[in-house]
Amino acid sequence: MKNQKDNTQAQISRRQFLATAGTITFAVATGVFTARLFEEEGGVAPSDGSPITAWVRLDKSGRITVFNPAAEMGQGSMTALAAIIAEEMDADWADVHIEFSPIEPDIYGLQWGGKLGGPMITVGSRTVRGYYRGLRHAGAQARYVLLYNAAEKWGVPQPELTTEPSAVIHPASGRRMSYGEIAAFAKAPADIPDIPEAQWKKPEQFRLIGHSLPRFDIPAKVDGSAMYSIDIQVPGMVYAAISRSPVNGAKPELLNERDVRETEGLIDIVRLDHGIGLLAETFEQALKARKNLQIRWSEGAKAQSYDSQEAFERYREMAHDEKAKGDVAASEGDAARALQSAVKIYDLEYRNDFAYHAQMEPLNAVVSVAPDGKSAEAWVGSQAPDTARRAIAETLGIDFSQVKLHPCYLGGGFGRRSMADYVEEAAILSNHIRRPVKLVWTREDDVQYGAFRPIFFHRLRAGFDKEGKLTAWNHIIAGTGGGLLDSGARPQYYTLPNLHIEVRAVDEGVRTKHWRAVAHGPNKFAIEAFIDEIAAGQGADPLEFRRWLMKGHPRELRVLEEAARMANWGSPEREGRARGLAFIERSGAYAAGVAEISLDRDSGQIRVHRVWAALDAGVVVQPDNAIAQMEGGIVMGISSVLLESITFRNGKVQQSNFHDYPILRMADAPESIDISLIPSQEPPAGIGEASLPLMGGAIANAFLKLTGKPLRHMPFTPERVLAALEG
Amino acid sequence: MKTSFKLNGKPVQVETAPDATLLWTLRDALQMTGAKYGCGASLCGACTVHLDGMPVRACMTPISMVAGRSVTTIEGLAGEELHPLQQAWIDEQAPQCGYCQPGQIMQAVALLRDNPRPSREQIIAYMNGVLCRCGAYLRIIKAIERVSQSR
Ligand code: FES
Ligand code: FES
Repeated sequence: MKNQKDNTQAQISRRQFLATAGTITFAVATGVFTARLFEEEGGVAPSDGSPITAWVRLDKSGRITVFNPAAEMGQGSMTALAAIIAEEMDADWADVHIEFSPIEPDIYGLQWGGKLGGPMITVGSRTVRGYYRGLRHAGAQARYVLLYNAAEKWGVPQPELTTEPSAVIHPASGRRMSYGEIAAFAKAPADIPDIPEAQWKKPEQFRLIGHSLPRFDIPAKVDGSAMYSIDIQVPGMVYAAISRSPVNGAKPELLNERDVRETEGLIDIVRLDHGIGLLAETFEQALKARKNLQIRWSEGAKAQSYDSQEAFERYREMAHDEKAKGDVAASEGDAARALQSAVKIYDLEYRNDFAYHAQMEPLNAVVSVAPDGKSAEAWVGSQAPDTARRAIAETLGIDFSQVKLHPCYLGGGFGRRSMADYVEEAAILSNHIRRPVKLVWTREDDVQYGAFRPIFFHRLRAGFDKEGKLTAWNHIIAGTGGGLLDSGARPQYYTLPNLHIEVRAVDEGVRTKHWRAVAHGPNKFAIEAFIDEIAAGQGADPLEFRRWLMKGHPRELRVLEEAARMANWGSPEREGRARGLAFIERSGAYAAGVAEISLDRDSGQIRVHRVWAALDAGVVVQPDNAIAQMEGGIVMGISSVLLESITFRNGKVQQSNFHDYPILRMADAPESIDISLIPSQEPPAGIGEASLPLMGGAIANAFLKLTGKPLRHMPFTPERVLAALEG
Repeated sequence: MKTSFKLNGKPVQVETAPDATLLWTLRDALQMTGAKYGCGASLCGACTVHLDGMPVRACMTPISMVAGRSVTTIEGLAGEELHPLQQAWIDEQAPQCGYCQPGQIMQAVALLRDNPRPSREQIIAYMNGVLCRCGAYLRIIKAIERVSQSR
């Protein structure tokens, strides 16, 4: 398949695609998914006034353009989604070209309640699983339209026709017509029926699904032509930087406006609720002006007294408070009674610090508000482009339809880019000056005004009866960040007869946000480390103990066994090393992983040498890409587990750039990562977050095996490791 | 201030503030956006370009240092065909988000020019300054080895 730069450089205009003469678009009406087909003539869009939307465009040349509704931030779903449509449409992959779809959630939104048309969000590893059925159906309908037209042309009954890649054939007469030839005369049937699943391809007929295709976006990412929003330039554009409140919620008072106005290249100063914006001819001039700002920040913001390391003590009290009532995440049987009658109780605490997204492309956006303020155009890399579009509309007080948003590649998202704060800022600034504005956050801005994976305190209790049976499980999570604390707290693949899982959250006024795999990182770390500590206490091998807990969960058990097999679990450890095991579920996928570590006992430095992981994610549309996602998640997981910590003092973030918020470098990546994908015909599950949450448990458990000491506070910095060795 | 230098083989002249950096000059004044901004402090390597063939962090390179010299960016790497490392990057499907990759590739090109058959340790030591948040390191190493071992 040909990879095209124009997808990136010039994709953007939907009008442009409408203006391409002699093309056919399979347009799909809202929700009900009735495809319509139209042919544009002379570059004029159809005049029926209805929004023209489409999944597939077919040129006479035979080129098949498929629209990608999801953000492409490196997870590769742009290619996977196109492969799903192309599969059912029976397109030759060599003819397929991919463009970003317009930001029209009614048409391009995720399956929500079984139908497409939900929000356009690329979060929670939802993309492939959230579009799989809808896009197979869209592809099948596109194929129907082609068959219909060929049948009309040849005057034969449609059921006599079939397809081969990019062509309709009539076996009885041996006739053949390419899709490109059909494009020249195709008309829309009055009604395009739903195509029942029985008529979709059978898995054994798949040519694309389950077969690794080179990712469409990669060529542009090796020659420098891939366009991220930070690369966009628009005529008349000015640059902006903002000085934001160091304590969330503090309001600025500018003390030296006159001086700052002297800065060369400065165009204007804009007062925002949470900061001071600077507009200048160049970005460096905006930064220079920013350096000269003297701002007095208001006192009394809620976050002002927050000290994250001291806060652990409060969270500990909350978690231990027998009378406290939080949000019950799960409760079955009677865990309290079972704990009371247990003959042996494990009662342990785990912690983790805040974590920062550190996507390599700092936040930025280009917004151009029209001179009359009644419409706007924006170039944004967003995981929630419809939210971003809406945020601009609301900021300007105009209708959603008056905002045109051009999606760009994302230099990483990890959850940070599903917020629209940076887009809203750019909209305010552009509205102020009524010119195109490129707002760029420096790395320091991105760290200090980050929105973090929350801090967690876990109290975990397990009770055993006289027979040595696990009879009680109690997990209390305390921290800040409300709804961000509970994902993954329930290990449904373990048989836990009396369980109680509860979240006690307090609002500290600091900014928190989804971070790759959300609470799974912290929760799975606590659970999996706890399991190994229990197993050690019970004198059981960690694998054996999990097998026992997984009775009645054959699908999960198979994943566990596969990882154990890959790592040759039970074989002697290499000199100075040990392996640790963990199991998780995330977004419907099951993953098990083994990490092999060594330790420098003088410095406290842990090194991860090898990682093995097995994944059951149902049907995997793009296997090599799934492996890449697993690898990347493991590396990012190790990074977060060993290095990453955001701390607050007096409400201020203490870190500012990669020197004090280090992320894993090449030298500290494992020497090898082996991934095994377990074949499955179950519906696709999410993959992008399925490996990261393995690493906390796997590394802590390897450490326990190596040293006999537990690690209970992420990240496992050298200081904490040395303390654990002494403890 | 006017500065003249060679950019990807072609002479350019650019007007900037005297203390402008090469990175923002390339990106904004010369619209050569392949080199990326990641940290502005020589911590991430996303801005790596070649100055007279040597890899430098453009974010910390003052434009004044560039006068009369020759700058190569990712855009200038390919001739008729992709540079073998660019091709290897595709063959190994190395990039994820791709944002770090221009810096990775420019650093790797310099490595192989100095040392066509680096050991794995040498690769890692040379490449260690270029961060990849997506965690594509093992594929990057493989892509470099693919080229070095085919020589
Ligand atoms: S932007 Fe230059 S090293 Fe990070
Ligand atoms: S590919 Fe995303 S940072 Fe390297």
